[in-house]
Amino acid sequence: MYVAVKGGERAIDNAHAWLAEERRGDAAVAELDVAQIREQLSLAVNRVMAEGSLYDPDLAALAIKQARGDLIEAIFLIRAYRTTLPRFGASHPVGTSEMRCDRRISATFKDAPGGQVLGPTFDYTHRLLDFKLAAEGEVADAPEAPPQPGPTPHIMGYLNREGLIEDEVPNDATPPDLTREPMELPADRALRLQALTRGDEGFILSLAYSTQRGYARNHAFVGELRIGGVGVEMDIPELGFAIELGEITLTECETVNQFKGSKTEPPQFTRGYGLVFGQTERKAIAMALVDRALRWKELGEEDQGAPAQDEEFVLMHADNIQATGFLEHIKLPHYVDFQSELELVRKLRREAEGSARREAAE
Amino acid sequence: MSDYNFAYLDEQTKRMIRRAILKGLAIPGYQVPFASREMPMPYGWGTGGVQVSAACLTPDDTFKVIDQGADDTTNAVSIRKFFEKTAQVATTEETARASLIQTRHRIPEEALSEDQILVYQVPIPEPLRFLEPSEVETRKMHSLEEYGLMHVKLYEDISQHGAIATAYAYPVKVEGRYVMDPSPIPKFDNPKLGMAAIQLFGAGREQRIYALPPYTAVVSLDFEDHPFEPSKADHDCDLCGASDSYLDEVIVDDAGGRMFVCSDTDYCRSRRAAGHVGAQGAPYEEGAA
Repeated sequence: MYVAVKGGERAIDNAHAWLAEERRGDAAVAELDVAQIREQLSLAVNRVMAEGSLYDPDLAALAIKQARGDLIEAIFLIRAYRTTLPRFGASHPVGTSEMRCDRRISATFKDAPGGQVLGPTFDYTHRLLDFKLAAEGEVADAPEAPPQPGPTPHIMGYLNREGLIEDEVPNDATPPDLTREPMELPADRALRLQALTRGDEGFILSLAYSTQRGYARNHAFVGELRIGGVGVEMDIPELGFAIELGEITLTECETVNQFKGSKTEPPQFTRGYGLVFGQTERKAIAMALVDRALRWKELGEEDQGAPAQDEEFVLMHADNIQATGFLEHIKLPHYVDFQSELELVRKLRREAEGSARREAAE
Repeated sequence: MSDYNFAYLDEQTKRMIRRAILKGLAIPGYQVPFASREMPMPYGWGTGGVQVSAACLTPDDTFKVIDQGADDTTNAVSIRKFFEKTAQVATTEETARASLIQTRHRIPEEALSEDQILVYQVPIPEPLRFLEPSEVETRKMHSLEEYGLMHVKLYEDISQHGAIATAYAYPVKVEGRYVMDPSPIPKFDNPKLGMAAIQLFGAGREQRIYALPPYTAVVSLDFEDHPFEPSKADHDCDLCGASDSYLDEVIVDDAGGRMFVCSDTDYCRSRRAAGHVGAQGAPYEEGAA
């Protein structure tokens, strides 16, 4: 006799217990603590903060630990936490021209005021496994130079003096927020940038790469890439003035793109823009390329039908939490739908066989 | 969990969702955009339904969750536990005792009453999506009542297969105006859509809510010479003998042997408790599986 499958509840509890055990791994090996992840896996922490849309290195490190190193799962944990946080106000826009740069490079000018500062980069390392690291991770102190006095000016500002690059018109309108309002299309640039900065790094990277390979080709120069700390200020109504809440690390990328001019615009350089939490250079550059590709309409360019030009395609599929959830939901039971398909296929086959027999008889 | 608000979502968010629900009830079948929140379960796993349930639940409610008609499928268990934890509401498996029922892919067999709310989890709210991938375009089609594409699709089915080849998520027209996706319920359930209870549809990832007020006129799309036909397996339930319920096919041995059982576990249980026995059923015992 058939007994219906029961015990889903116990199975879930046991699966979770096993998961916790697997997360811990071999108990003879020392457990990772959150501070170790925050300090030594900081680029993973940065990605989780950027795509989780929450700047908190400790929570991001905790999420990585809990997610067994699965960064999309960690981003999901951060997003689900973030959504419960009350919103008590909005900061002033951060001033990246005031950034205390750890890294600042330009591919368009050999030198510029403020200089080229390589900072802590993988560029120019040879990707050879360092077997010494397997034994010990102690490093000698890096040489230090005195910090540059005063702010580092944006390189794009120099091009602007000649009118060679499109003007970015300041805008004081409150930008939309896709975490609070349903995303409506067509989206303005601010909304697109928000979707891109929290979008999946792999997806944005591949889209940007596709523009380099000819799908909406628009050759981009990295006008400037800078990484460093900026202060976050907020008006406190009780005080009547702004105070600095703290400092966050940002990566900003401004690209200079060719533009032959259109009916409405003279020939000049145009811009793509990327701004991402933390040291997240690949993402910021990719974001700037995709931003530029999405701007074809406002610049009067041709629609080449490329994926990176299709705002709806890009914005609707950039979020890895939406994507992974919907992808993985097909693991859930679909008995009922499958049953109805089974019956439909059987019925259609009966009909097809019936008509084949009739034809053979005729 | 005491750090979280009643039913998890903060009151501001619940108010926003309730506004969308009211708008949906005022325009039956219309997809209302809403600012869907990230929930602690993945998109595609019922986040839309969970948000609608969270916005509707009060401490006095009795809550029931089914997935594929069953109370004990893993995701139904997980969602029921979530609200037990965050809202401390009473839960039940008995359809008649529940004031709010969240469902995935089924409508309960037992008729619902005016005192009940049925909340559906919806993966793709747009009935035209697989005919036209762009949301900008499909919204335009709805506003212009331009449903020719859908009729062409159904017609092509008939010309190719001799029948409409849609077995679930069968499109309906609501009050003669909006074409609506009833969520992936089998078309067997479509005739129940004009029910006495309030029906709310939540699509979290796609940020849409829509609704059917009680006794709404809901018509499954068809043609005069090819009328809509709800269908189910041509069997009776092997456990309770019901001939009127939707059946799941269960493979029972290596030789491909199978049996058919009610997908609505509560319906099957209550029939067996009332003494009905199917071809392979055993007499019902309280507390047994």
